[in-house]
Amino acid sequence: MLLVAAILPLHSADEKHIVIYAPGTTFSLPVTDREGREYVGLLECVEPLGTVSARIDSQHWKLRYDDGEADFTAGKNRAKVRGRDTDFPGNFLLENSRGLVPLVSLGTLLPRILNSPVSFNPLSRRLFVGNVATHFTAQLNRTTPPRLIMNFTAPVNPTIATEPGRLRMSFTREPLVAPGTPTLTFDDKTIPSATYIENNGVAEISVSGSAPLMASFSNEGRTITVAPVPQQPAAPGPSVPSAQNPPGATPAPGPPKVTPINAPHYYAVIDPAHGGDDRGVALSDSLAEKDVTLSIARRLRQEFESRGIPTLVLRDSDLSLSLDDRATQTNTARPTVYVSLHAASDGKGVRLYTSLLPSGVENNGPFVAWDTAQTRFLPMSRATAQNVAAEFQKRQLPVRNLQAPLRPLNNLTTAAIAVEIAPNSGDVTELTLAGYQQNVASGIATAISAMHNQLGGSQ
Amino acid sequence: MIPRHLQIAVGILLAAVLGMGFYVGRIRGRVQQPEPTADSRPVAPPAPGPTERVTLYVAYDAGGVLHAQAASIPLPSARQQRTEELLRALLDVYLGKDSPHPLAPGSDVRAVYLVDPGLVVIDLNAAFANGHRSGVLEEELTLTSMIQTLSANLPDILRVKFLVEGRERDTLAGHADLSSMYDTIAVSQLVAQMQ
Repeated sequence: MLLVAAILPLHSADEKHIVIYAPGTTFSLPVTDREGREYVGLLECVEPLGTVSARIDSQHWKLRYDDGEADFTAGKNRAKVRGRDTDFPGNFLLENSRGLVPLVSLGTLLPRILNSPVSFNPLSRRLFVGNVATHFTAQLNRTTPPRLIMNFTAPVNPTIATEPGRLRMSFTREPLVAPGTPTLTFDDKTIPSATYIENNGVAEISVSGSAPLMASFSNEGRTITVAPVPQQPAAPGPSVPSAQNPPGATPAPGPPKVTPINAPHYYAVIDPAHGGDDRGVALSDSLAEKDVTLSIARRLRQEFESRGIPTLVLRDSDLSLSLDDRATQTNTARPTVYVSLHAASDGKGVRLYTSLLPSGVENNGPFVAWDTAQTRFLPMSRATAQNVAAEFQKRQLPVRNLQAPLRPLNNLTTAAIAVEIAPNSGDVTELTLAGYQQNVASGIATAISAMHNQLGGSQ
Repeated sequence: MIPRHLQIAVGILLAAVLGMGFYVGRIRGRVQQPEPTADSRPVAPPAPGPTERVTLYVAYDAGGVLHAQAASIPLPSARQQRTEELLRALLDVYLGKDSPHPLAPGSDVRAVYLVDPGLVVIDLNAAFANGHRSGVLEEELTLTSMIQTLSANLPDILRVKFLVEGRERDTLAGHADLSSMYDTIAVSQLVAQMQ
């Protein structure tokens, strides 16, 4: 179960958690308050790391980890670990046969129980077992515009959020550790500084900027480049004026154009299928479709935004969204194109789907039936699917183009496709590889950005 | 000295006890006979009627395709029963050994309703939907093979609606839509792509 917990989104922002990074696994555990201190279940801390058993003998709670034993006494702050007395701050608690230790004692207890070096930051609740840390360097290239290049020692996949004057990257799964100084200054007006902070099991890099910033991934997820959003995206066509000017960008001089819409306009909507309780296909014992679709969605957003295409991702976390919600949010955003992402273990390569419209519902006059809202947009959806298929063929990825009775495609009032990604090699772990995900995301973005003029006409 | 009438009564009672014991032993022997091995295949009454040649559209997971396959099955004359028998013949393929598109054990069609000319409502059992493999293509293959098998053999069917245990359901197993009606002409065009 803890293995499953390791692949699930680690925790909600409001609850107190500790995140433990160890070779081969990362997992999150809840932290509870007892006697004015923070406590955590000791068995849960070590269970994913080795062969563990626990038993109760009167007031004693005995934990066996691999070849060593630890003996705790309820209400006492001293334990015998591998034959040595060990003191720790706060008392050991026994609740319903569950042994709880003060959170701050993990830095003392775990190295002896695991017989392995442990590094623990109780303030940010992040604990590292062995040598698992991911380091990074940041360097500003003083080009025009400037680019902040961050190189990581292992692939990373942070959640990225932008707000006025700042781009934030949250690392919930990666054992990222602080650079030499938490604040890096670059002596540049556009990207003056970047700050590293840790809190509640999450590491965050915040890049400040005087212009809207965007991040793009390369080098198999080992490099993140932060740069200003291009002032004048090249791709969007003249019929989608608001898509040409991302937030904060200056309209290009020239003949009068249609007044941009003040409301946020997204050219593309990405819908990572499933989420929350709906795990989708169980791709393997530990890999759920919902996690793969979310990971690819983030890469696809980066690909779109690096081409200057404003993009909305319907869920950027492990959210549960109904099919009607997805359709409503998409139609409200009035995008030019919608891409739903699915993952499968069967078959090879990529399958593209457009709507197989249901029977018996007619659109009359200005009123559009919910079940057949896609009717008018179906030719453009099929053209999009064909273009994406052609791009995948160029990349020598097996691709198939079909219709499917797959909601919410038929409820959408825009060009809409679903992409089902299967491993190309037959090995389902390929779906988690940064290179494979990036290739798929890049293929979709390349094909769709090449259709701006054509798709713009469908609005 | 025991009276003679008492000896006779005891003798009769003893004989009755022995007789009852023998009878009970035989009854228990019958009850304890081994039960036949449980068969998870759907139980369908034998269909009365002459054997007819039909075309089943069988899904193949390998390749994700549908293939037309001829079969001879007994088909009753009543239209509703003919529809049920066609679907059961298709499910027999999927539930058999070496199935090209395995369905969950116990998958069955509970009932078929001919609501009006051209509309068929197929009520699947819970084992069918709850045990179905999840995936866009896997689910699509199941539904399209059933719809195409019906429309190929019963051309007057124009629309198909699926229920599960008599109720509407959003999707078959997380992907393929069950909330709407299927147009058999649109499905036939899709099947042409899938062959």
